[in-house]
Amino acid sequence: MTMALIETVNIGQKYAGQYILKDVNLNINRGEVFALIGPTGAGKTTLLRLLDLLEVPASGSVYFDGMDVTDNKSLRLQARRRMSFVLQKPVVFNMSVYNNVACGLRWRREKEATIRQRVSRALELADMAEYINRNARTLSGGETQRVAIARALAVAPEVLFLDEPTANLDPISTSKIEEVLAHIIGDQKTTVVMATHNMSQGQRLADRIGVIMNGEILQTGSPGDIFSTPQKKEVAEFVGVDNILSGVIVNRDNELVTIDIGGNLIQAISDYPIGEEVHALIRPEDITLAPRKDASSARNTFEGRIARIFPVGALVRVEVACGFPLLAVVTKRSAEDLSLAVNKRVYATFKATAVHIIKRWN
Amino acid sequence: MTELWEGLVTAVKLIISLDPEVMEIAGRSLAISATSSTIAALICLPLGAVIHSNKFPGKRTLINIVQTLFSLPTVAVGLFVFVLFSRAGPIGGLDIMFTPVAMVIGQVILISPIMLGLTISALSGVDKAIADTAISLGASGLQTAVITLREARFAVLAGLIMGFGRAISEVGLSLMVGGNIAGFTRTITTAISLETSKGDLELALALGIILIVIALVINLVLNRVQQR
Repeated sequence: MTMALIETVNIGQKYAGQYILKDVNLNINRGEVFALIGPTGAGKTTLLRLLDLLEVPASGSVYFDGMDVTDNKSLRLQARRRMSFVLQKPVVFNMSVYNNVACGLRWRREKEATIRQRVSRALELADMAEYINRNARTLSGGETQRVAIARALAVAPEVLFLDEPTANLDPISTSKIEEVLAHIIGDQKTTVVMATHNMSQGQRLADRIGVIMNGEILQTGSPGDIFSTPQKKEVAEFVGVDNILSGVIVNRDNELVTIDIGGNLIQAISDYPIGEEVHALIRPEDITLAPRKDASSARNTFEGRIARIFPVGALVRVEVACGFPLLAVVTKRSAEDLSLAVNKRVYATFKATAVHIIKRWN
Repeated sequence: MTELWEGLVTAVKLIISLDPEVMEIAGRSLAISATSSTIAALICLPLGAVIHSNKFPGKRTLINIVQTLFSLPTVAVGLFVFVLFSRAGPIGGLDIMFTPVAMVIGQVILISPIMLGLTISALSGVDKAIADTAISLGASGLQTAVITLREARFAVLAGLIMGFGRAISEVGLSLMVGGNIAGFTRTITTAISLETSKGDLELALALGIILIVIALVINLVLNRVQQR
């Protein structure tokens, strides 16, 4: 087992006597891209600040490359000089773009020639080379963000922290930043830890995701794992599982279980025993709608009436009332072909394997 | 009225002809105040950075006290320095009473609260994210303080200029601990007060005009700096 580059043991942080982060145990491995995702106010920024050693945790310990860097000032500075951080709302120093990017290198007492070379490389990477002599305070939001990224890259960090790198930017600047980030991730052997509330950004860029809510890490895993098999209801909600049904397992036949959802029975695959209280998670895109009850291998078919229809981009979300509300997503074209309308009678079908079962905790 | 007018004309002539006595007094004033301002700045910039960047109990109270001392009466400082350095005083043996050194010490005490207070308030005007950014880029505590001061440079400079302005324009302190000795501790303000009481308005007016011009220049620089 390889040692993690950064490891936290039960770290917590409190502001004004209130814990906003509690008992976080997290390993960041060398070379990986780790995305912290969670809603605004979940504690992402605080956790990044603790990992980057900008703050001392109220409890617990932080290890960097095997060293305990929880509160030793000189070790913290030493470790911090191997990392850099792009703040959510980056600020630039009131000086030229060149001098901004050179700052971190000057503080490390690098030679002028090295600085010149590293600054121009970093600015090229961030596609900001032509702004080298501009006063950094005169730049737009997207340009400021890219200078901040170049400034963080110039010091050749082993770990790069990014806090919501595209949160306050327009779509064009966002895609430009993502392009730069994808380049860094692909090109350099840098460990990247980024916070984002944007699930799809996390999925696009990260090797591993940690879902954080209310100051706690609820689940870590590959984007595929988090997306397909969320372990908690809150995670499921956050990653866009719209159908979360509460029920009890009432029968099982090998792995095939029957779950009683308020009188309706659905079938799914699960290891949980009879009597277990569970949530059944079904992605709306896994549900098909039909005007008749077709012969199908799918184990679950429910008759219901369409309660609501609302378009989302090229798709249409359809809420079917079939004893319980079930949300399905179909293309606009399908919706037209089936002439879906409110109050129309439809059959909603999904496979037992499309149902993800998690234990109910409270 | 004609007396005042004639006085003014003579005063202007004294200035234009670079009268040795006028120039000597003005030069001494500038030298003493510049020295005390430099010493006070060397104390107050680092001290202000330390106070700003550290949390400690009583910080708010300390800042309040410093701000109260902005209006420290010059004669009170004069009295304090007098008691300290007079022959019978605790360090009277240094024998610096009625020398420019005593005046510089007094002025440093007088203007340090202004420079310190304005430095701290200039630093608190800097976005907190500046320090965070510097620290995250690997700056040490000292390096962080330097970049924060640099970001606040215009407001900090304004504070230093305010301190210099107070030093060059005060009279009570210079009179008490300098003694207004001709060719040694006589400054613009002490000379004005002496010459006026003697009825020698020409010299007093000439020096008064120079003092106002200095104040004007300071004000112009200050304005320039604050518009940046």
